Amino acid sequence: MQTAGAEKLLELKIDSKAYGTSPGASVEVLRDIALHLTVGSFVSLFGPSGCGKTSILRIAAGLDRDFRGERWIAPSARLGMVFQEPRLLAWRTVEDNIRIAMEAAAATGDIGEWLERFDLGPQRRQYAGELSLGQARRVALVRALSIAPNLLLLDEPLVSLDDSIAARLRGELRAVAESGKVGIVLVTHDLDEAVELSDRLLFLGERSARVILEREVSVPRSQRDRRTVSALAEELAALVSQSNWREAQCNSR
Amino acid sequence: MAKLLSLIFVAVLWTVAATAAHSPMLPGPLAVADALLRETGSLALPFHLACTLLRVVAAFAIASSLGLVLGYAMGKSRLVDQIGDPWLVILLNLPALVTIILAYIWVGLNEYAAIAAVALNKLPNVVVVVREGTRALSSDLEDVAQVFRIPGPAKIRHVVLPQLAPYLAAAFRSGIAIIWKIVLVVELIGRPNGVGFVLGSAFSLFDMVTIFAYSIAFIAIMLVVENLLVQPVERNANRWRRKAA
Repeated sequence: MQTAGAEKLLELKIDSKAYGTSPGASVEVLRDIALHLTVGSFVSLFGPSGCGKTSILRIAAGLDRDFRGERWIAPSARLGMVFQEPRLLAWRTVEDNIRIAMEAAAATGDIGEWLERFDLGPQRRQYAGELSLGQARRVALVRALSIAPNLLLLDEPLVSLDDSIAARLRGELRAVAESGKVGIVLVTHDLDEAVELSDRLLFLGERSARVILEREVSVPRSQRDRRTVSALAEELAALVSQSNWREAQCNSR
Repeated sequence: MAKLLSLIFVAVLWTVAATAAHSPMLPGPLAVADALLRETGSLALPFHLACTLLRVVAAFAIASSLGLVLGYAMGKSRLVDQIGDPWLVILLNLPALVTIILAYIWVGLNEYAAIAAVALNKLPNVVVVVREGTRALSSDLEDVAQVFRIPGPAKIRHVVLPQLAPYLAAAFRSGIAIIWKIVLVVELIGRPNGVGFVLGSAFSLFDMVTIFAYSIAFIAIMLVVENLLVQPVERNANRWRRKAA
């Protein structure tokens, strides 16, 4: 839940974001998107693939400055990010991948403990290039969490993990959210996941994506069991389809 | 096995040819081996080999480090690339002999000129390869380094250099091969020691035994460096690959 007057972390106002295609031509992928994040809040971005969710995260992370609009990030922000692909250093061990990030952030913490918590103990000394995709995703998540971030940007971190692991990692994310010390933006395809974890959901439309629906999740996280979550998710899905989102999605196919 | 047989065949062919020719222009293996032992015993051969090796190492170090920095800068910045490119084209097309002669005339008949001339011959090749490698650097990992604020030195060590490693290995390999050969020319023209110098003197005396002895010793050293130095370093750099290339 957002408390009034909570410390601001990120203010993003994207009037327009376009990519150049052929010389002279460009395609607008984002329009009129506003995103406010305070410490302790959890926002999910939900929308069809290719609608520009990743572009929003890249802009939020400061990786892409080529857009019309404004970005303000708190000087105290310490950013941890999970990209859509794991993006590990294949030529370094799992341990070193995490250590390099921790040293850069001057974070303290026991790497072994982190790895145990994410079932990666046996992989500690393996090269990151030798991991399965699921293991690599978990390492990427550990890397982002181990630097003790107060701003987390997560680009579909749990996709392509098997259900039991995904459920456990969702639990970890929930714990991070409940600590109240971190502001989180999650990009996801999974509406149940978004409802289970976040305080606020932004639904994005098709190309030249605008926010077509914005919803707060008012049920406290502790009371979100499976039934509540799927009921809420269904309700939201219905609302979204009213907003013509599904039609737009069909048009694109 | 096939390699060994082939090598033995060369030796046999050599012996037969030398016996048939029976001329000082083509000494047999035994005469050459005798000269090898004599020159080694008098320490002349080790001395000249050491001179050549030191020049190779110095020129290699200069060309590699300078080439790495310049190639990286040209791969990163369009402006630097545009400024550097004409120079690169000139250097790439400049015959080694011209560089050597100019260096000796402008710098003087000394060690600096010799090493600079060799390094300058090798430099453009390193620059081109490193520039290619730099252009191929993953922007995905660049993003990771930026997001996690990995400081410059750590980024170079953990993110950039491992990606450049295959390019560097290629540059170093071809580099060593070129440098060995050019160093001999430099020595032939303007140095009072080294394998190139000995070969030059032997040539003017038609001393084929010495030419053969030094050539064989030189080739042997090259093979040793290749097998004991270059290959292990490459294997070590490729450890992380699931199946070593």
